Amino acid sequence: MARLILSGPLQKLVGGHAELQIDARDVKQLLRMLSERYPALAPHLQSDAYAIAIDGEIFQDIWFAPIGPDSEVHLIPAIRGG
Amino acid sequence: MAKQHVTTTVNGDTAEFLCETEQTLLDVLRDELFLTGSKEGCASGDCGACSVMLDGRLVCSCLVLGVEVAGRKVETIEGMASGDALHPLQQKFLEHAALQCGICTPGFLVAAKALLEKKSNPTETEVRYGLAGNLCRCTGYDKIVRAVLDAAAVMRSA
Amino acid sequence: MNDMTFPKLARQDLKIVGTRPLRPDGVDKVTGRAKFGADIHVPNMLIGKVLRSPHAHARIKSIDVSRAQALRGVKAVITAADLCDLPSEFIPAGEMMVNFKDMTRNVLAREKALYEGHAVAAVAAVSEAVAAQALTLIDVQYDVLPHVMDVVEAMQDGAPLLHDDMFTIGVEPRPAKASNIAKRVEFGFGDLAAGFARADVIVEREFTTKPVHQGYIEPHACLASVSEDGQAELWCTTQGQFIVRAFCAKLLGMDVSRLRVTASEIGGGFGGKTVVYLEPLALALSRIACRPVKMTMSRTDVFRASGPTSGAKIWVKVGATRDGRITAADALLKYQAGAFQGSPVQPGAMCAFAPYDLENVRIVGFDVVVNRPKVAAYRAPGGPIAEFAVESVIDEVALGIGMDPIEFRLKNAAREGTRAPYGPKLGPIGLVQTLEAARAHAHYRAPLKANQGRGVASGFWFNIGGETCAAMNLGEDGSVAIVIGTPDIGGSRASLSMMAAEELGIPLQQVSAINGDTSSLGFNFLTGGSRVTYSSGMAVVEAARDVIRQLRERAAKIWEVTVEEVEWVEGHARLSAKGKTLSLAELARTAGKTGGPISGNAALNVTGAGPSLATHLVDVEVDPETGKVTILRYTAIQDAGKAVHPSYVEGQMQGGAVQGIGWALNEEYIYDDKGRMENAGFLDYRIPVCSDVPMIDTVIVEVPNPRHPYGVRGVGETPIVPPMAAIANALSHATGVRFTELPMSPPRVLAAIDAHRGA
Repeated sequence: MARLILSGPLQKLVGGHAELQIDARDVKQLLRMLSERYPALAPHLQSDAYAIAIDGEIFQDIWFAPIGPDSEVHLIPAIRGG
Repeated sequence: MAKQHVTTTVNGDTAEFLCETEQTLLDVLRDELFLTGSKEGCASGDCGACSVMLDGRLVCSCLVLGVEVAGRKVETIEGMASGDALHPLQQKFLEHAALQCGICTPGFLVAAKALLEKKSNPTETEVRYGLAGNLCRCTGYDKIVRAVLDAAAVMRSA
Repeated sequence: MNDMTFPKLARQDLKIVGTRPLRPDGVDKVTGRAKFGADIHVPNMLIGKVLRSPHAHARIKSIDVSRAQALRGVKAVITAADLCDLPSEFIPAGEMMVNFKDMTRNVLAREKALYEGHAVAAVAAVSEAVAAQALTLIDVQYDVLPHVMDVVEAMQDGAPLLHDDMFTIGVEPRPAKASNIAKRVEFGFGDLAAGFARADVIVEREFTTKPVHQGYIEPHACLASVSEDGQAELWCTTQGQFIVRAFCAKLLGMDVSRLRVTASEIGGGFGGKTVVYLEPLALALSRIACRPVKMTMSRTDVFRASGPTSGAKIWVKVGATRDGRITAADALLKYQAGAFQGSPVQPGAMCAFAPYDLENVRIVGFDVVVNRPKVAAYRAPGGPIAEFAVESVIDEVALGIGMDPIEFRLKNAAREGTRAPYGPKLGPIGLVQTLEAARAHAHYRAPLKANQGRGVASGFWFNIGGETCAAMNLGEDGSVAIVIGTPDIGGSRASLSMMAAEELGIPLQQVSAINGDTSSLGFNFLTGGSRVTYSSGMAVVEAARDVIRQLRERAAKIWEVTVEEVEWVEGHARLSAKGKTLSLAELARTAGKTGGPISGNAALNVTGAGPSLATHLVDVEVDPETGKVTILRYTAIQDAGKAVHPSYVEGQMQGGAVQGIGWALNEEYIYDDKGRMENAGFLDYRIPVCSDVPMIDTVIVEVPNPRHPYGVRGVGETPIVPPMAAIANALSHATGVRFTELPMSPPRVLAAIDAHRGA
């Protein structure tokens, strides 16, 4: 199962878990699943710019980036640059 | 108040314009003669982006009034190339990649030409101090200095 | 088409990529022909000017524009009422999540003026003089309020409150009282207490940095023209014409398709031109007057009213064992956002410790509003501030265990597979290679005299991809015209043309590239994040491969064979079996007959951008009588993945290093006790001049990014990350004093040396 690894502040919003097993085939599914399962997380996924890192590669605003069965996934703030 | 009528020479050609007394030479070049090669970076003589030659002397055109150039000789970046032949400084700036965004480049070229007219074999230090009146934020000056030294060598051997 | 698995180029025999041809837009730039933002004049044009708040913090009781409107020659006057008021929510605009409630208020103040220079009203008139006079006829009634300028003071209970609806995000439970703290962020993992307990040496320091401006020599400038039916054109100097379109359409309540934005040549941006200031005002004025309106910012207004980067307070604590391994690293960042939330504290927190392989790490950051101009991105936003602090402490830890600073970094360097402090594992990166190159460089062995010192610092920046389009159109004579959508700040038209010519196998002279307006392409994210050579390069390569596919199909038709039998080699379709070739020019000439014009396209959301790592070396000399610091030697070493045009990669490294030198030694905003800027000009906000710096030696390391056909990594931002710490470290070795406050200007250095001597 793919794993979603969460940083400190986000852990509190998912009942203290540092890691979640996830069964989502892409980013869009993952976000929907997270918002449904953890309503406290939902505003963070919408109100802040976020990016998803899948196995080390960062995807910004890409719904259909595929999540593999053994993927390691991180939620990180989006980076814009100057 | 009625505008002033000024006749002058720009890049070897007679030029006439109307201007307010308070308009600077930079304003006049850009907004009355549409020679937009000289740039406004600060309007206070600190950045050199507006550099032109006035009677053979390097000046910041933002510190000269339009009415002051009546009957005098103005040279801008637009007069630096001859036909389709670039001045060696222009050519060397391109070869050395001495420009990135290019906004400061006209000012640097005019200032560098003035420097080399006074000193045909400057040291690196003399080039750096000679161009200290021109600000560049993109290049860190390294390639600009190399281009000027290289152009100086080309011009000496011509 | 968005193909996630990009076919790789396995060629070693690159002919054009990696060489140093002249840039295609160069001649226009050395002759003054190139048109920047203010270089436009159109018939019937009006001049627009902005009225700005003289107060750092004030409630706006009323604005009376009637006398200005009545002045002969004034054709439009606007206040905030002429822009849409938008609710406080982060919504997608282009690719950014933007709070439009803040943006509309920054562009024209509503309830309050929140910084000196905050725009309050604007006019358009037939001349500069009439517009200036009109501003004096606008009556604004202010209720002046106490102001706060310092980040620590702003965080305290009882500090003047900028926004009564600001409740800190990222704190659970949500605070009951409003404050100036917009957000708290935290990253990290491991067990800090255990890590510090194991350490033999612990160094803990607090640092202060000041706001600094991006310092682009070209002020903001634009020309807007709105027709009677509401269609609009906008010419402006910007890092992203599509972003400008998105923001302005939102602020003016227009459809995006009715606003056509053309990017002029840009005279420097560095992140500061990724936002809008004058553009929505010019459009709103033009909409009323139905005449073109030109607006430019003076240099003083650029300083008073356009985003610098944050000033900050940073606390860092690092522990290591005597054998040189870091056991724990902790940091607390407090960044000023200016008048509205959005400092780069998040990316700063993410990259603070990113050069290192750590087991126990935590970074906490606060985004804090103060009565200063709203902060805008500045080259690797947030990164230089954090790494100034971290790299200084790393230096002190190395000294504490008696280890060479480069050896210490090598012992702890992040590599492929290292878990970054913000979570994911890093792909291949070149930090180790830059450290080894530094150690081997002659600079590192140059002898030092009295009052001289050497400093080392490393730096990290993520680099981004993003939405990018390119079109490649074959002329009937075989020449190739490329349209891209990302403004060329540093020479990217050269690199992109080179990649196209390389792909097609044709001479560079046959290719020309332009930056198209918003009508000409699908959405492009802005030039920033060091993304253009990488992302626009990716799009150009894909468009070229699309063109090659079509050329092979046409050749196959002509030769009556299958397309699989046709190869593309060095600019020609080739049927090896029969020894037949057709050049690109021949195929282009007959394109109409073989199926129609040949045009390649790419529309991507590019991913896979790889971080660029750097190590800088600097030698300084201090004058013990004046505190003046002279840079003797500077070497910048950076991983470019693949340097498409080495001269322009070197240029990025040199330019970023010198901006860092200015940040380290002299640049800062100086305010009076009323919150008004005292040095709003290039004389007293002094950026480095030619005589301040030596030649900047550069070494390009290449650890290819496997996700790009040529291995490219963005390089533009990383160069500004190491310089401040490198210089602070050098100064520390020269004087025996640790410097924790920027800038290290002569009065401060002198005071520190004197105190140290007296001690």
